[in-house]
Amino acid sequence: MTLTPAELTSAVSGGIGTSPQRPDGNLKVRGEFAYASDLWHEDMIWGATLRSPHPYARIVSVDLTEALKVPGVYAVLTHSDVPGRNQYGLEHKDQPVLAVDVVRYQGEPVALVGADHPETALRAMKKIVVAYDVLEPVVDMETAADSAPLHPGGNLVRHVPIRRGAQDLQADVVVSGRYEVGMQDQAFLGPESGLAVPAADGSVDLYIATQWLHVDRAQVASALGLPEEKVRLTLSGVGGAFGGREDLSMQVHACLLALHTGKPVKMVYNREESFYGHVHRHPAVLYYEHGADHTGKLVYVKARIYLDGGAYASSTPAVVANAATLGVGPYEVDNVTIDCYGLYTNNPPCGAMRGFGAVQAGFAYESQMDKLADALGMSPVDVRVRNAMTEGSVMPTGQVVDSAAPVAQLLKLVQDKPLPAGTSSDIRELPGGVSNTTHGEGVVRGVGYAVGIKNICFSEGYDDYSTARVRVSMVNGSLAAAVHTAACEVGQGLVTIMQQIVRTELGIERVTVLPMDTTIGNGGSTSASRQTYVTGGAVKAACAAVRSRLDGRVDIGSEVIDETVEWRHRATEALDPVTGQGNAHVQYGFAAHRAVVDVDVELGLVRVVALDCAQDVGRALNPQAVVGQIQGGSAQGLGLAVMEEIQTSGGKVRNPSFTDYLIPTVLDMPPMSIDVLELADPHAPYGIRGVGEPPTISSTPAIVAAIRAATGLALTRVPVRPEHLTGT
Amino acid sequence: MRVNVTVNGEQRQADDVWEGESLLFMLRERLGLPGSKNACEQGECGSCTVYLDDVPVCACLVAAGQAHDRSVRTVEGLADGDRLDPVQEAFVEAGAVQCGFCTPGLVVAAHDLLNRVPSPSDPEIREALAGNLCRCTGYEKILDAVRLAASRR
Repeated sequence: MTLTPAELTSAVSGGIGTSPQRPDGNLKVRGEFAYASDLWHEDMIWGATLRSPHPYARIVSVDLTEALKVPGVYAVLTHSDVPGRNQYGLEHKDQPVLAVDVVRYQGEPVALVGADHPETALRAMKKIVVAYDVLEPVVDMETAADSAPLHPGGNLVRHVPIRRGAQDLQADVVVSGRYEVGMQDQAFLGPESGLAVPAADGSVDLYIATQWLHVDRAQVASALGLPEEKVRLTLSGVGGAFGGREDLSMQVHACLLALHTGKPVKMVYNREESFYGHVHRHPAVLYYEHGADHTGKLVYVKARIYLDGGAYASSTPAVVANAATLGVGPYEVDNVTIDCYGLYTNNPPCGAMRGFGAVQAGFAYESQMDKLADALGMSPVDVRVRNAMTEGSVMPTGQVVDSAAPVAQLLKLVQDKPLPAGTSSDIRELPGGVSNTTHGEGVVRGVGYAVGIKNICFSEGYDDYSTARVRVSMVNGSLAAAVHTAACEVGQGLVTIMQQIVRTELGIERVTVLPMDTTIGNGGSTSASRQTYVTGGAVKAACAAVRSRLDGRVDIGSEVIDETVEWRHRATEALDPVTGQGNAHVQYGFAAHRAVVDVDVELGLVRVVALDCAQDVGRALNPQAVVGQIQGGSAQGLGLAVMEEIQTSGGKVRNPSFTDYLIPTVLDMPPMSIDVLELADPHAPYGIRGVGEPPTISSTPAIVAAIRAATGLALTRVPVRPEHLTGT
Repeated sequence: MRVNVTVNGEQRQADDVWEGESLLFMLRERLGLPGSKNACEQGECGSCTVYLDDVPVCACLVAAGQAHDRSVRTVEGLADGDRLDPVQEAFVEAGAVQCGFCTPGLVVAAHDLLNRVPSPSDPEIREALAGNLCRCTGYEKILDAVRLAASRR
């Protein structure tokens, strides 16, 4: 018997467009899913990291004598024990595995201890004596470029200029402002962890929570001085990522200890160490000037943007390009002048976090659009619709937007949603909640809107691809499929999406997702909202190769059909270094939010009452997961709007704990009504558009706009703090 | 020291427990029950929520020795063999699980809520889960899951 692909597809459930249960769901609710911090190995020891207490200092001496005497200690290592290149980094290799003669941020790793119990390791660590010559840290991003150089090339990591159209125009209405964005943390719940297991031949296996196995492997192998085939990585359970696992944390450290001691080494950061152990969202200072005619049509936008990259480059160059190229937002503007700078300072290193440069710009340009609406006497929605980008619009880079850009439609969708009832009389629904700080007195309500734009996939000419292998064989008399990639599942549901694609493409219901590891080719990064697009595209292509060999058969006997495919999205171009022109991006995603807030103006407390979102996802391969991404992204935007900031003073982190760094609880989150548009992108597999990041961009400015509407305050900085509202 | 503790109905014993060890460490590293999670280890996130003599606690804030001769029920002890507890089932169905690191604690907290309040209102659900942080979902689908579980009990 043979069936056509279409017949096969309709014969199975759980294909694309449906919301089947996650294959890891049962394990996760039973507490049986193995996260990186859950791993265990016979005879394993524990690793710990000694970190610099200073943001900037010379290392005068390091004395390990007393630490080595602690019973139960197997090894104490410093930079001299790094056998390969003691420098790594995503874009520039500027970060030492272990500090040599200088530390450039508080928390920089200096030495490692391996011991029989985590407490033994901590006690031995405290016996390491490091003498520092403390230096004056560079902490101001706006003056960093002219400060004493922290790296050989100076403190400017990257400058991206955008020059489009006329550069010195006048306009009927001009608004300008200076905006600030605080340093946000990814605050994934599963701390940095991993288990390194040495092998007799000098190679090592690393079981790790990460966002990109192959780039980790390249950096680990380089530091260990090993060929890549001697470093094998397997993805363990990942407790969230949001960009914070793109850079290395304990990967090299655990492998160093394992190879040095010959024992399996487990490393698990606690929450405080996690704040030092990964990069954060770049804090930003943004100067904007918008000129418009009397009808509200934008004439020009000028911006100067500073992004504080902290002590090491990480992904700062790409973040700078995003903030620059997306710097006017989802609007048509013919005349654009933008200069965006990423700087080195002695603040904590900053790199990838959901939204990646588009978040910082989004807060500023949306604040400006509201200011413009005020100046023109227009409504916030009208001024945005007046300038809204559509398919065919030209970006400030000269790139033509060549698929759906339903900016006005998204705004109208959130505008037309019913508004929540008036301020509640139940104290649980008022600012301050059960703290019983108000019964409604001093509480004012406001409504705000915002819309944002995000590039999807890697940009600027990067060779962005993924590798997928699909294997089909008979199991108990029927066809079964297995799908293998190195693309990291970090919670977003890629494992489900891959099963759905195989079911749809091959009509095979039983699909096993094999462990993600480096025995297969590169899957690319789980970032830039790209995995459904790129790895999804690779799985789809591998299925097509399998399908042609299957040729409609439903019984293949003992045959095994096994196809591996590398799949790329269409190429992008570098930006012109002088004008910032070029087709740098693959795809654009858009989301709009309407926020409703109640503000207790006497105490400066904010309660977000409603946070509704509309987003175009091209095609919802898994509608439940799509809505989950939009709600989760909106929540992180709420956090940045009203509570989340790593506060630094002289380069030192003042709040490295969940006691002092607050993320939204269930009491802080309002109901979120989500509208999902499906306007297929003809260039993308199934027409999909990346989902994860756009909602994080528009959520923050919508909430701040609502607080401004309630209070009449200018509010140029996020997160908005109580003292910004009370003036105290 | 030696700790004798009933875990998920089974008498267990842990030896060489250091006085400073938490119940969470003992469960995860000595008794082979890593289901209770280590997201903050300072009582802020709720990911390590377990029942201690039927009262939900953060296992990271309880010394291992304090559990001596007492009864602990962890997320691993909620299902009946292959049959998930209705709260667990609802979390999977409602899409309340993304990365899942908060899930064990939330499942125990929701389980406790529904034992006390079979049909909670939304404000009651929010208050009961206020000590459990989730970074992925924005909580909407967690609320859906608790409502769904309540409707099935």
